[in-house]
Amino acid sequence: MSLAERTKIYESSRIPQRVPTVLDVPPELLSSDDILQVNFGPNHPSTHGVLRLIVDLDGEQVVGLSAVIGYLHTGFEKNMEQKTWWKAITYPERIDYVGYQNNELVFVLAIEKLLALEIPEKATWMRMLLCELNRIHSHLVFLGTSALELGAISMFWYTFREREMVLDLSELVAGQRMHTRYFQAGGLAEDIPRGFYSECRKFVEWMPQALDDYLGLLDRNKIWLERTKGVGLLSADDAIALGQSGPVLRASGVDWDLRRDDPYLSYDKVHFHVPVYHGGDVYDRYRVRMDEMAESVRIIEQCLDKLERMDGKPWIADDRKVVLPPREELHTSMESLIHHFKIVTEGYRVPEGEVYVAIESPRGESGCYVVSDGGPKPWRVHFRAPSFVALEATATCMRDTLVADMIAVVGSLDAVMGDSDR
Amino acid sequence: MNVRDIPGFLDVREEHGETTVVVERERVRDAARHLRDELGFNFLADVVATDYLNWGTKGVSGYIGTASGRDLNLPMTQGLQAQPRPKPWRFSVSYHLLALREGAPRLRLQTLLEDGDPVPSVVSVWPTADWHEREQFDLMGIRFDGHPNLVRILLEDDWEGHPLRKDYPIGGEPVRFSDAE
Repeated sequence: MSLAERTKIYESSRIPQRVPTVLDVPPELLSSDDILQVNFGPNHPSTHGVLRLIVDLDGEQVVGLSAVIGYLHTGFEKNMEQKTWWKAITYPERIDYVGYQNNELVFVLAIEKLLALEIPEKATWMRMLLCELNRIHSHLVFLGTSALELGAISMFWYTFREREMVLDLSELVAGQRMHTRYFQAGGLAEDIPRGFYSECRKFVEWMPQALDDYLGLLDRNKIWLERTKGVGLLSADDAIALGQSGPVLRASGVDWDLRRDDPYLSYDKVHFHVPVYHGGDVYDRYRVRMDEMAESVRIIEQCLDKLERMDGKPWIADDRKVVLPPREELHTSMESLIHHFKIVTEGYRVPEGEVYVAIESPRGESGCYVVSDGGPKPWRVHFRAPSFVALEATATCMRDTLVADMIAVVGSLDAVMGDSDR
Repeated sequence: MNVRDIPGFLDVREEHGETTVVVERERVRDAARHLRDELGFNFLADVVATDYLNWGTKGVSGYIGTASGRDLNLPMTQGLQAQPRPKPWRFSVSYHLLALREGAPRLRLQTLLEDGDPVPSVVSVWPTADWHEREQFDLMGIRFDGHPNLVRILLEDDWEGHPLRKDYPIGGEPVRFSDAE
């Protein structure tokens, strides 16, 4: 649907005029002496980590707002400049610790783009499968915590039950529940373990049932509906101007998904539907994520169909300058031992250049900008963090809302503070 | 798409399948407006600055310093196999643009500058640039002219220096009880 024929969420822009991310108290209210400034966070259970919101209240009405971030800044980008490319892969998944697999992917894709590496088909499909599992994981965390904050405690237990299944699958594949570091420049770190497909099939069969349960718990829950519908409005034009991406953008009526519109991996070879809603409110953001989970299950199924016919195929590129030699060769081949030693100690060299790679992470466009000087360490790494951008929309979304809705709005933007502060 | 019409156009590069358009620093905002209105790049994905201090010099990429200036990583620091193309400017600021339409065209708008040179802010073109520019100001020390609220965003307001610069070493931060070192 083109932008012109869309139903209007509201007339003209609601982005604050002076500073786009700060809602200023109107001057006529400032003199009234009734404005109360309240500080939420950085340590507040419902701000998803260490987000601080300075809110000006007129009664219960939010009239001024500014978001303060940076409490979780750990200097990832600086640290990665000190590590070899090979070791730096460990960092991105800790940046967005809920969408870890996708963040790992974007950095690995950037390295591969500079190296111009050919990736085996099996690795590509496995990466897609894991990224979609991770998307489900991320949306489950969103769903559980958002509902919890609005009082629907039981949702949290249900979503975390299925989240546990995803983490078990991660553990089965990579030996780690989160932060797997399973993606390697060139493919995967290890072959897919035996028994993974059948376990994953069980999850795929289970998940649609669970999604129905969530809908049953929430979608006819009057409190949930009243607290989410028509709250935290964001129009399509404002969302684009504020750089919103992912579910937030799609809930505002913009039909845009990088998996379909700018395909990476093998997303052009799977069938899935991109859910778009036109209300631009908290409820639609929740619905987009619900539908996306169902679509992710469909994609995982198609990946499994492909992967099950690829037994014995290579899972990593055959480039000894970049890829570690097989473990068993180290005992018999001098050559392999040298390569292994060089890659682990000095690291591989990545050709000079700069690239920007973007993927559709659970939170939207996750980008990675990398500059290489041709040496074994990155010269500059920068992440386009979707959470960072999502928090820019707080002032626009929170205009004319009540203070209690603030919790719902912040939850619906689904920001991970590790991602936004890096 | 004719990129040569962009105001302040200096150079265009095609590398790794990506288009980079270099423009004059003073005309970044005009170029941005042209790209948004005439060429349809309605989505600003990212603003990022890079420091090229000591680019192509041995050991810089692996520099890990301490407060006393000792390089902890020296034995492992390898030189470059090939000298990279020279970077005559200290900093680059790149804007990663995307057009939300068929084919998802992307473009990198880039400008080059020396320490202290102000870059015109593009907040009036893409409001999302607000925080992106604040981040680059905070961590890299790039001044954006015309930004409505150019204050630190990730670090404390009284922080000294800009950590992502190459002359700001890891370990440069004084650590308590480390006098023995």
